[in-house]
Amino acid sequence: MDQSRRSGVETPLRCGYCPTMITPTTLFEKIWRQHRIVERDDGQTLLWIDRHLCHEGSFHAFDKLARSGRPVRRPDLTFAFADHYVPTRDRSAGARDPEIATMIRLLGENTARHGVRLFGLGDPDQGIVHVVAPELGLTQPGLTLVCGDSHTSTHGAFGALAFGIGASEVSHVLATQSLWQKRPRTLRVTVDGRLGPHVSAKDLILAVIARIGADGAAGHVVEYAGEAIRALPMEARMTVCNMTIEAGGRAGLIAPDDTTFDWLHGRRYAPKGADWDAAVADWRGLVSDTGASFDREVRLDGASIAPTVTWGTSPENAVPVTDRVPDPEAEGDPGRRATLAAAVDYMGLIPGMPITDITVDRVFIGSCTNARIEDLRIAAGVLKGRRATVPTMVVPGSSAVKRQAETEGLDRVFIDAGAEWLESGCSMCAATNGDMVAPGQRCASTTNRNFRGRQGPGARTHLMSPAMAAAAAVTGRITDVRLLGETA
Amino acid sequence: MTPFTTLTAPAIPLRLANVDTDQLLPGRFLRKPRSDGYDNYLFHDIRRGRDGTLRADFPLNDPCYADAPILVADRNFGGGSSREGAVYALVDRGIRAVIAPSFGDIFYSNATKNGLLPIRLPIDIVERIWAIAEADPSAPLTIDLAAQTVRLANAEPVRFEIDAFQRACLLEGRDDIDLTLAHADAISSFETSDRASRRWRAPSA
Repeated sequence: MDQSRRSGVETPLRCGYCPTMITPTTLFEKIWRQHRIVERDDGQTLLWIDRHLCHEGSFHAFDKLARSGRPVRRPDLTFAFADHYVPTRDRSAGARDPEIATMIRLLGENTARHGVRLFGLGDPDQGIVHVVAPELGLTQPGLTLVCGDSHTSTHGAFGALAFGIGASEVSHVLATQSLWQKRPRTLRVTVDGRLGPHVSAKDLILAVIARIGADGAAGHVVEYAGEAIRALPMEARMTVCNMTIEAGGRAGLIAPDDTTFDWLHGRRYAPKGADWDAAVADWRGLVSDTGASFDREVRLDGASIAPTVTWGTSPENAVPVTDRVPDPEAEGDPGRRATLAAAVDYMGLIPGMPITDITVDRVFIGSCTNARIEDLRIAAGVLKGRRATVPTMVVPGSSAVKRQAETEGLDRVFIDAGAEWLESGCSMCAATNGDMVAPGQRCASTTNRNFRGRQGPGARTHLMSPAMAAAAAVTGRITDVRLLGETA
Repeated sequence: MTPFTTLTAPAIPLRLANVDTDQLLPGRFLRKPRSDGYDNYLFHDIRRGRDGTLRADFPLNDPCYADAPILVADRNFGGGSSREGAVYALVDRGIRAVIAPSFGDIFYSNATKNGLLPIRLPIDIVERIWAIAEADPSAPLTIDLAAQTVRLANAEPVRFEIDAFQRACLLEGRDDIDLTLAHADAISSFETSDRASRRWRAPSA
């Protein structure tokens, strides 16, 4: 069980048959090798962690650290964000619920005690951790980045190895700035061609999840490649990597390119001057080499992806908006039939009904999946000059996104359409701050999880893109945004 | 944490796939202190009907399975949110092992750090266990972690795979931070050499 090898010095992988040839290497492998501190005979590797992001939910981990009496090893690499519990309406008095207020207060106390930089309630850069850390330039290519939140996979959009961890592991990283990991397998998802009009990154990733299943990428790091991925702006790449966890993936990765570097340049924590040049030179090598082999490969045609929505209680229950609710009776396997029937029942749907016949009670535009400025521009583009016919909440991903949207006049578009324009936080996606969908209500949501009760006990969630959610707000039912001009 | 070595006990059949951690522990209970115990929050919403009363058809509500410490479920158990509270809820209810064809990666790791043994077994074995546990709720399974086997009634033991490191931590009930701190020199030397070779990685505002 003793360590077999230490690695601080990198040696290129060489081919076993012809030692002068360097073996083509995946992007994942390059980052993994750069962060290996100790590798044991049993395959467990102690990885160095470059960035550790915390939020209110990290209190269990801080409690564990306090019980052990250990300090935070690298507070300068640790950053905290108040997002899961912050109120989205009146903030002047803080959170009204005393338990929720305690969560926000504890984060302040724990970070102050250990000298960790906090972007708390009232900070001009407060917002959802997976929106703000990239915005500030904390997320960079080639880094290892962890957070006690499963949507940490988001940061892989920059070519960082980023994944969610539980409270025990958060405590471990706080104490040691490292983490034991077993090498994951690799899966490459290649999306050829171009996405059609009004088809977004959200539709793309829902189509991937429907194809491989909610556990289809379990144990794998997923690298996204192909023409359709390369054409995506950073916000859309983050949406794709964000939902990798909904396919069970350990992490999502997209090789950094000029789109990445242009987006990062000049951000607060991004390298400056000569460091920037050295960084970009290094980052350009962060690609999977031609001929690098993956444990699995999946290929999709981007042009064939339609606006996609979920009908059921797992993100794998995603279908094109032109499709119908499945009929469980048509499923041959009894176990799968029972699962489908339970989902149809929970969602209050009729087997075989067209997806566009599903009416919604409310619309939520927000979350770490789809509340960046690009998402709000798209939603506002659909809502401009139209009225929402059901209650609609718009919750920006960060306070900076909110300011930017207001500078562009997007807030006026939402307000004129009758939508609520709110303060930044996780809000109705995690439903931990008290923003909830009422029991039995149906919500068209730009979030990431349609699990039973995710948005509140008895809540029914349909996942979709910001454009599709905005279209649903206008018509009060699930609507193919491509046809909205003709129907509304 | 409590070490896990062997366990001979009855199992709860849970014929559900995609039991995500939101179902195991709804988000609104995440703010509860651990010291209060999480057992009352386990499956809080799905074990109740729309009127709030406990559903008779939910196995964990069945008095026959009240003391059974092994949960047997369908694929993708514990997917979704990284909340370790989902594991606390199972552990506080007295669950010591969960058997399923597949698990969410983060849940799996969280379980091993709290003395809860996750066991991956193929669906045909899971179906056999369901059938046995439904026919006789007191029928015991025997789990032997050192041997990596599960034995159903009088049948031959079935082998399961588990990472050697995680197995060792579970067998000994060991905290991996102690183990890591034994590598303190390696961590420090990595820290120094990495800082020298990739200085742009340090966040500087």
